[in-house]
Amino acid sequence: MSALKWVAVAAAAAAAFGLAGCGEHEQVVVYKQGKYQGKPDTLPWDNAPLAWGTAKWEKGNEKSWEDELKSRTQNQNEYVRIQHY
Amino acid sequence: MARMKFLCDAERCIACNGCTTACKNENEVPWGVNRRRVVTVNDGVPGAEKSISVACMHCSDAPCMAVCPVDCFYHTEEGVVLHDKDLCIGCGYCFYACPFGAPQFPQAGAFGLRGKMDKCTFCAGGPEPDGSEAEFEKYGRNRLAEGKLPLCAEMCATKALLAGDGDVIANIYRERVTVRGKGSEVWGWATAYGQPKGGQKPAPQGAKS
Repeated sequence: MSALKWVAVAAAAAAAFGLAGCGEHEQVVVYKQGKYQGKPDTLPWDNAPLAWGTAKWEKGNEKSWEDELKSRTQNQNEYVRIQHY
Repeated sequence: MARMKFLCDAERCIACNGCTTACKNENEVPWGVNRRRVVTVNDGVPGAEKSISVACMHCSDAPCMAVCPVDCFYHTEEGVVLHDKDLCIGCGYCFYACPFGAPQFPQAGAFGLRGKMDKCTFCAGGPEPDGSEAEFEKYGRNRLAEGKLPLCAEMCATKALLAGDGDVIANIYRERVTVRGKGSEVWGWATAYGQPKGGQKPAPQGAKS
């Protein structure tokens, strides 16, 4: 009986150890500057749109710049382009 | 937050090298350096020949960044991998680390002396004031700061090469696949001219003119 008990305990320990391998760590991509030693760069949305260009966004507003670029990206989508004709 | 990526559809690329030419012209890339190039595999093999436009893929976990001994690489807020040419020593480690062969080295002098590394910047310039002469001379044009996308993708004739926020270009590609199907059957003779009718000789397949 005692031997059976030890086997049960060992089986439970093995199962717990095995299940621990099924755990998943959360994987989040974090964009860090790292150990970069160079000069700091400027942000693209901190520029005003070109006076003669078609792009329009609010200077310093990242969201409006991203929206402008997302809208421009759709120019590469033929199913959006053909709707203009 | 946008994550800028390239996507090239090997079924669409016709190896016209328009992307390569556009990149060289837009950024005034020096002789001997190709920030973007078209790679063809199975050249001349009917049905198996495929071309793809390759440049820096702006990896999220970039190996060039990991091996650089002077830490001249950085990720921008939009996920573009850029480097500071004032720090680069032209050692070439990044060239060996990069699986795409993106880092390029201009011949800077006699005896094969390597210059500072040059690579695709996703038309995002570098660590100099945006739109400045210094930025253009070192890194090329900063189209992102002008609200534009890389010229290679914007002028791709077949729209094989897509550039932009990863989610947006993935959606464009997904829409294509949903509407037209995928694989080589969506292009070619049969798609353009229809399937051969009964008793008609099938169209030549894979023959090079």
